[in-house]
Amino acid sequence: MTMVQALNSALDVMLARDPDILIFGEDVGYFGGVFRVTDGLQQKYGAPRCFDAPIAEGGIIATAIGMGAYGLRPVVEIQFADYILPAFDQLASEAARLRYRSNGEFWAPITVRAPYGGGIFGGQTHSQSPEALFAHVCGLKTVIPSNPFDAKGLLIAAIECDDPVIFLEPKRLYHGPFDGHPEQATRSWAGHPAAEVPEGYYNVPLGAAAIVRSGHDATVLAYGTMVHVALAGIAESGIDAELIDLRSLVPLDIDTIMASVQKTGRCVILHEASRFGGFGAELSALVQERCFYHLESPILRVTGWDTPYPHAFEWDYFPGPARLAAALRRVMED
Amino acid sequence: MARKPASASPPASATLHPPVPQRHGAKVEEMLEFYRQMVLIRRFEERAGQLYGLGLIGGFCHLYIGQEAVVVGMQSAITPGKDSVITGYRDHGHMLALGIDPNVVMAELTGRAAGISRGKGGSMHMFSVEHGFFGGHGIVGAQVSLGTGLAFKHKYAGDGGVCLAYFGDGASNQGQVYECFNMAELWKLPIIYVIENNQYAMGASINRASAEDQLYRRGESFRIPGIQVDGMDVLAVRGAATAALEWVRGGKGPIILEMKTYRYRGHSMSDPAKYRSKEEVQSMKDNRDPIDHLKAELLDHGVTEDQLRVIDKDIRALVTKSAEFAEQSPEPDVSELYTDVLVGQY
Repeated sequence: MTMVQALNSALDVMLARDPDILIFGEDVGYFGGVFRVTDGLQQKYGAPRCFDAPIAEGGIIATAIGMGAYGLRPVVEIQFADYILPAFDQLASEAARLRYRSNGEFWAPITVRAPYGGGIFGGQTHSQSPEALFAHVCGLKTVIPSNPFDAKGLLIAAIECDDPVIFLEPKRLYHGPFDGHPEQATRSWAGHPAAEVPEGYYNVPLGAAAIVRSGHDATVLAYGTMVHVALAGIAESGIDAELIDLRSLVPLDIDTIMASVQKTGRCVILHEASRFGGFGAELSALVQERCFYHLESPILRVTGWDTPYPHAFEWDYFPGPARLAAALRRVMED
Repeated sequence: MARKPASASPPASATLHPPVPQRHGAKVEEMLEFYRQMVLIRRFEERAGQLYGLGLIGGFCHLYIGQEAVVVGMQSAITPGKDSVITGYRDHGHMLALGIDPNVVMAELTGRAAGISRGKGGSMHMFSVEHGFFGGHGIVGAQVSLGTGLAFKHKYAGDGGVCLAYFGDGASNQGQVYECFNMAELWKLPIIYVIENNQYAMGASINRASAEDQLYRRGESFRIPGIQVDGMDVLAVRGAATAALEWVRGGKGPIILEMKTYRYRGHSMSDPAKYRSKEEVQSMKDNRDPIDHLKAELLDHGVTEDQLRVIDKDIRALVTKSAEFAEQSPEPDVSELYTDVLVGQY
């Protein structure tokens, strides 16, 4: 399966399992979603369970929170993660805080799916990586898959989770892995081991990172599209680095990260989002706090630049394998 | 003492309305100029679609083909340099109708240094201080609120200017639109909200996304009057623009013009267009095309086919030149990546 098909399969499986699950968002019903993730679901489950909403992100998410607080389990799609900000108040002030302020009596078991990230020439309103905004809000969970198998299993776990989950889908990976070499032919998921996706139910638990590549000399922390960029960058560097795919940012699998950095003594963090105050800053602080006496060199971050996502300069902005390889060589100098 | 019983019927609507607009009685010279501008937009957009197909334009590109009469009719009525214009992501036509050089618009689409935003904005994010054009906005509905702020400035400065804030039928369901409707009427701001109702918010037709699909009524609960206009008829649009400008310049506050229009192409370049029939699109092209419509009227007024062919040829040359310019201009220097993030250095 492609990532789109895997996500569609997760939604299909969950709609069949639980009548309280429903899907809505802009163009998700009749049209099947701009990226086709909800294709066919309205035909199969009917409009009451998979339906279109007007273009009103604040209203969509607010309504979902109300539904969730009253026993439903809505999965909403925000067409691009860049469009989520009109709903940020509802996410930060309502969804994330309902459980705490009601003494555990009310909560919002909603899943907000949103394609995110660059590499598609989308410019500043169709390319952003806003994960740090959500990770910073206590009371939200933030999940990012990097392949079809994880996408399906993590989405099912997100839907089953009783907390609000922001589920960011790396849109550059929808139809195939992308390692940051735009000059090479586009690859499809066909033949990729992670494209072997079971038809039925399974889940990938939230808060469990995956070791994508074992290594001894340095640890690379990545998620989403950057997992594939990291594999290419490690290969180009010739350094025996261990690659960890975080899969979920909150909850974070700090144990897997610590075990790896304590083994390798070096750490490079890779994300598409801009650098200052990005999620890499949190990762860097945690690694420093917990692994300081194991570190052989300063922790480095390879990230997007501190600018809006430009229309020109796509591949200057997008952190490619060459930048990771350079950072790996640098951490090995100490 | 017994309370006075409530009135049996609620008070009548307090919304005041301008007179019904008249179709613009244009002279031939003026109609020829409208024709020229509409053909320019159409040919420009067709070429942009081709450049996209060739991979010279990347990412997102929303073409204005079919809707040309709206911007040409509206913007022919405003005073450049005095009035302001703001719109969403389908913005190429708005710029061309303001007289912005097609070369710098096309070069922005291809992400070149000579582009109007030096290649950093792209199709959806273009601006021109000189022409009072405040973008080009990718977030659906955001420009409606920004336009309300522009109108506030016109009133505050007493400059007599009016803001034209364009948005689509899809954007008309965003919450912030109504926050700003209330403020605009409360503060009697000089703004014309131009709803370009092309009947499809991406794949959602108007009646599947809007409880009140007569969008000119969307201001009623704020006492903002609205007029529905045939947006495929440039002279009807121009007539409505004249009436609306008179209302707004007279200090009567905002007004809504709902332009009933139609886009021939997909929402963007990657639209499979499964949500409407080919017959529907063809029928609009055959029977309602704004350029054909005006052309027939021009011929009735004694303009010859040859005269129109000269205009068509000039436009083709202009568009070809813009495409060549956009292909041949260099990409911006990478040092531009960090300019204009903040007033100083980061």
